[in-house]
Parts: sequence; structure tokens; C-alpha cells
Amino acid sequence: MSPDPAHAQKPPHAGGPAPDAARRLPPAKLLDVDPLLDDPATRIVVCCGSGGVGKTTTAAALGLRAAERGRKVVVLTIDPARRLAQSMGIDSLDNVPRRVKGTEGDGELHAMMLDMKRTFDEVVEAHADSDRAASILANPFYQSLSAGFAGTQEYMAMEKLGQLRARDEWDLIVVDTPPSRSALDFLDAPKRLGSFLDGRLIRLLTAPAKLGGRAGMKFLNVGMSMMTGTLGKLLGGQLLKDVQTFVAAMDTTFGGFRTRADATYKLLQAPGTAFLVVAAPERDALREAAYFVERLAAERMPLAGLVLNRVHGSGAGHLSAERAVTAAENLEDPRIVDQGDGKAGLRNSPDLHGSSDDPGSGASDAPGTPGTDSPVEGSPADTERADAEPAGTEGSRPEESSPKDAGAHSADQERSVEQLTAGLLRLHAERMQLLSREQHTRDRFTALHPEVAVVEVAALPGDVHDLTGLRDIGVRLADHRRELPEATA
Amino acid sequence: MSRFQVVSGKGGTGKTTVAAALALALATEGKRTLLVEVEGRQGIAQLFETEALPYEERKIAVAPGGGEVYALAIDPEQALLDYLQMFYKLGGAGRALKKLGAIDFATTIAPGLRDVLLTGKACEAVRRKDRGGGFAYDYVVMDAPPTGRITRFLNVNDEVAGLAKIGPIHNQAQAVMRVLKSAETAVHLVTLLEEMPVQETVDGISELHAARLPVGRVIVNMVRPQLLDGTDLDLVRSVPRTELARSLSAAGLGGARRGGNAERLVDPLLGQAEEYAERYLLEQEQRSVLGELGLPLHELPLLAEGMDLAGLYELATELWKQGMS
Repeated sequence: MSPDPAHAQKPPHAGGPAPDAARRLPPAKLLDVDPLLDDPATRIVVCCGSGGVGKTTTAAALGLRAAERGRKVVVLTIDPARRLAQSMGIDSLDNVPRRVKGTEGDGELHAMMLDMKRTFDEVVEAHADSDRAASILANPFYQSLSAGFAGTQEYMAMEKLGQLRARDEWDLIVVDTPPSRSALDFLDAPKRLGSFLDGRLIRLLTAPAKLGGRAGMKFLNVGMSMMTGTLGKLLGGQLLKDVQTFVAAMDTTFGGFRTRADATYKLLQAPGTAFLVVAAPERDALREAAYFVERLAAERMPLAGLVLNRVHGSGAGHLSAERAVTAAENLEDPRIVDQGDGKAGLRNSPDLHGSSDDPGSGASDAPGTPGTDSPVEGSPADTERADAEPAGTEGSRPEESSPKDAGAHSADQERSVEQLTAGLLRLHAERMQLLSREQHTRDRFTALHPEVAVVEVAALPGDVHDLTGLRDIGVRLADHRRELPEATA
Repeated sequence: MSRFQVVSGKGGTGKTTVAAALALALATEGKRTLLVEVEGRQGIAQLFETEALPYEERKIAVAPGGGEVYALAIDPEQALLDYLQMFYKLGGAGRALKKLGAIDFATTIAPGLRDVLLTGKACEAVRRKDRGGGFAYDYVVMDAPPTGRITRFLNVNDEVAGLAKIGPIHNQAQAVMRVLKSAETAVHLVTLLEEMPVQETVDGISELHAARLPVGRVIVNMVRPQLLDGTDLDLVRSVPRTELARSLSAAGLGGARRGGNAERLVDPLLGQAEEYAERYLLEQEQRSVLGELGLPLHELPLLAEGMDLAGLYELATELWKQGMS
């Protein structure tokens, strides 16, 4: 991975401010990652967000950074891409934390991947005597439930988090959350599963007779027996029986799924926990992020801030997309230059009178550009024509474009440099469009949630393959002040 | 052309957008399609800029040439109540069940039942006939769960059929499986030209194959325009900066001298070109990985203006032109 993008972005920011900075919303509060990671009181960091925003990578990068700043860290990933696991030097992450080799400093990084079924099995084995455990593990209903139907993954992720926290072996646990179908799932599913397994329905399924004894339940009981009948019909008698034996076994051996779910929930609300919502500067991802933020607030979960991944910047932010396109057209269609001799001369005049011109004066050139009456937009035919009669093109060039040096090169080369320049300008125009779109979606989020601290992470051209790559992302996470794309001119 | 088109893809690849564009493309020239959503996200409503979809088939768009697109957000709870009503006339009991948490149980916790209901409802729409005896919809397009979960989601009926060995659920699950494993169904995967989504696509396809589910096409979404070609990229490495500065100056961007406006653009523009070059190389690699799959490949452009209704029609036209419908 090349360090170039980062460098390309930094120096020019010292230059002129964006001319329309005043129109923009005040920047969001900045999220400072390092103090959060360094604070010994921070024991759990939960990364949540919609799929495809780099959540797992962010969790791993944060874990590495915290470890290299001296903490003993474990990263719990849910479903890492193979390459991410490899980037931590672990080919097959499993349900046991493994030490990641090659980290710098005194801290330690451990990583693991949640194995739902294994975790569920462990819960059973830990709480039931061996005979009962064996019968639960062999139950077909249990096997389906534990193999990962809706909710199990979320439940087991939280269960695992609870276990890790209880062992108290690590200073910091960084958790990635499952790629849920909706933002709610990982908060809701544990409770739902818990309340179901502890709930009335289960009791009814397992021991309808018990309830019948209570006078107040008489009315309900009529409905219930009809219901068990219905469920039996629906599910098939044998499945119902499997469910009943499963629940009976679970119930008597370790009561209180709900209690466990509640305990995990409280752990998430505790002061040592920090939630980070991860998003990319795209409409859907930020909408989902806003939803998360609202939901976390409603549940009184401690939100540390928003990590906005894959934000683009530009070192030439003062050159607008429109001007870049116009300039590219000037190069691509020599006829414009032919027609616009006088204007071109004017445009280029700052050349001769020193170079202290600021971007503002550059922008004021724009109205004079003849781009609007461009007859054909850079069609290949024009380019060929230009190639065929380079002398003419050269001759009609505005006088000050230093043809002395250019004369040393062949006209062909000259042409391809111009072509390249035009391409670079179009590339820049594309970048500026992207940048303003990103800025716009980000501003919408900030307007809705000005209270949320944000850190923006510059986009990388490629994927992460090794610790160096993860470390680089960690730097970008912490180094936000310079990463903020400030130019939207 | 399969009548049931399932669209999956890694999160963030734009599968909802592609599913919607495909529904529009398939409706082109007087056809009728149903676009179904199963994850309760209301992504379709947002895309078509309408209010949240109820649990009801509702016309949401007119396709080029007079076709119609209907949409349905399948709500598992409602689907279950429907189902109970249909088979057992259990309207009132359904409410009682809900009160007890049984519906909640059935739709969120019970192994796979939720998925069975979702795919079941979609398959019902695929098979439904109108009064004239023709199919009610020419095509049904599903905005399905992401690649990582798609095989399990579609295959859950098999597991349920094994789990509930008798009874209506068993029968229902088997009926759904017959549709899903037939040539009536095609599962398409949406990806980007990036490593992780491509890797997930490759893995997803082998999982689908292993489960004997019919794999359709691969759709590469958000393909960026090629602004610099190989020659340009070679030149980026060798071109003298002064020449670039002069060229920028000739384009009307200020002084070419050291510290001049044009000269100050050279470094950042070259930096962006290097990023582009790196991405270009990665994209070529990913293209060849996808090429090795031996499946029909389609590419959809990145819309510079961002995604909106006009863009959706643009993508639909593109899919139609590429013969995906």
C-alpha cells in the first residue's frame, strides 16, 4: 500500500481556505481515539454499523493500536474476511484468543473469531452435568438453533463478550458486531432469545399442567391448550417434542437465559464500555449510522463517536470540478485555443507577472474560459486531427507558453503530455465530485446529530494485507485533524 | 429466463439498487414484475422515493414501454398470520398467539421459520396465477440477504424439512425448495471491483453450488470510468514536472513557474494519479478473478451524481441493453 495518498493530502491544506467555507456547517466534534484507547477505564469497545463499511477492519486496527500503546487487548471478530485474519498473521481464527505476533511495544494483541456453535456448546457444557449436556447437544432442535439461525449469532457474540470480560485477563476487549439484517438485532436478539427461553411460551410448551393450577390463568389456559395443539399441527408433533425436551433440559440445568442476557446488557451500559458507530460517507450507511446513534441513546448505551471510513480528500481542493473540466476541454480541443487566443493570453498572463496569485484569483479566471462554447467534447476525431497537424496547433499557441523548451520534444510527446494533463484534470474533477457528495452526506448526519464526535479516515486505494496495513489505518484513525478533507470549493 | 430472480451481494455493494434496477429492466415493454424485500429495511421505498411500504403488493413504478413494477416488503410476522389464517382460519387465535409471544418466537427465534416464511411468500408470488390463467407476475425479483448468509437463507427450507419431518411446515418447506432448486430460480451476486467483495462472491458461488442452488450472473456495480489508460499511467511515472506545469498553464490554470498556481497543482494531481494507478491494477486483478468464474458478467457504472430515481432508470436501461432481461 502506498503512503502517497496521505502525503498528497497534507501539505496543500496549509494553503488558501475553501472560498465557500462560510456556507458549510461547523465541523463536527472531533473524536479523539487515542485517549479513549489509552484510558485504563475503557474496558470494552464495541464497533457497530451496517455491512461493508469496514467495521471488522476498524476493530482490528483499533485493537492493534491499543496494543502498541501498551495495553493488553483481545479483538473479538464475528466473521472476518480471510484476508483480515491473515493480516493479523492468523490463518484460521477460532473460538480461542490467539496471540498476534509482530506487534510493537509492550502491549499484547490477541484475536479470535466467534464460533457460534462452539460458544453455545460451551455454555451448555459449563452449566449441565455431562449426561444432560450430551442429551442437549444431541437434540435436533438444539443443533439447528445453535448452528446460527436468526438471533443466535448476536446472542453468542454478547455471551462471548460476557465470558471474556468475566475472565478479566485483558485490559481492553474490542468487539466487532455481527452483520445484522438491521441495526437493532444485536441489541435485541439476546433479549429476545433470553425472554423466549425463559418465557411463558416455553413453560407452556414444557409443562402446560403447571399453569392450569392457577385460577387466574384458567381463561388463558383454554387458549393455550388450543395453541399447543396448533403448534403441534404446524411444527409437526415430533419437532414440538424436540423443543419440549430441549427446553426442559435447558431449564433445569441452567436457569436464567434472561438473567444472562440482562447481565450482558448492563455490561454494555456500564461506564467502561464505549460504542463506536462505523460508517462510510454514503447515504445508506450514514442513515443506518444515524439510526444506531438514536437507538444507542434510547438504550442509554455509551456512544463514543462515529468512525467515518473511506473518506476522500484532495491536495488540490481549491481547484473545483468545473474548472478542472473546463481546463481539460481546453487541452483536448485545440480549436478552443485557436478561437480563444486573446482570452487564453489573458488567462495565462499571471504566468508572467509572478506566481503569488492565490486560488481566489484563479477562480476569477473561470468566467473568461470559453469552455461553454466547446463545439465537440474531446471526440477522438479532434485528437487525431490535432496529431496530424501539430505544427498548426503549435503555431497558434499563445505566445507565452514557452515553446523554447517544448521545442526539444517531438510534437507527439507534447500531445501526449497534454492528453495526460487532461486526464489528470478529469480525474481531479471526478475526485472533487465525490468529495462534495461525501461532504454533503456527512453534513446531513452532522446536522441531525451535532452531539456525535466524528473521526474521518482517509480512503485507501487497496485492501489491508498485514499488520503494517492495520497499523496505517490506526494512524489514520488517530491522526484525524490532518485527514479532514477541508476543501469543497 | 428464470422467473424468480434473487439478488444478493456483500453489504455495501448496492444489491438493493441492483435488484430494483433489475425489476425495472425486466418490466420493460409491458411486463409486470414484483420486487420483494425481506430484511425490513425499507430500502426499496427509499430508492423509489416513496413512503414506507406496507405488507401489501403495491405498484411503485412504471417501466420504459409501459411495464409495471410492484413492490412488497415481506413482514414475517404478517406472513405467519396470513399463513395461519389461510390454513387454519386462525384470525383470532393469531392475535392470542401474538400476545403470548408465540409469533415473536416463530418469526425470530424458531429455527429458520422466519426464512421459510419469507422465501415461502416470494415463491407463492412466483407461482400465483391470475384469472386468465397466466402468471400474475412475469418476474419476481428478491432483494435478498447478503452473500454471507444467502445460501443458508435459501437452503433453510431443506433444513426445516428435515427438522419438521411431517406436518404443514414440512410440506411448505419442500414446496418452496422445489421452486428454489429449479431452473425457475436464478441467484445473482452483486460485487465491487475490490478484494473483499470479490472474495466473498467467489466463496458465495461455491457455497451455492454445493447446496445445488442455481447461480445466475455476477453484476459488478459502481464501476468507475477509465480516465487514464496504460499509456497515461506509464507517462505519469516519467513525465517531467515542468512539462506538466506548462501544460496545466496552457489549459488556463495559472503560472507554470515554481510556486505558480499551475505548478502547485502538479504534485497533488500526480498523487491522485498514483492512487488511480494502484486502484486500476487492483481492479484489473479482480476482473480476472471474476472472469475465471465462467459466469455471465455485467458491469454497471458508478453514478457520478450519486444514486437517485433517475440513476435507477439509467441502471435499468443499462441492464436491459446488456441483455440481462
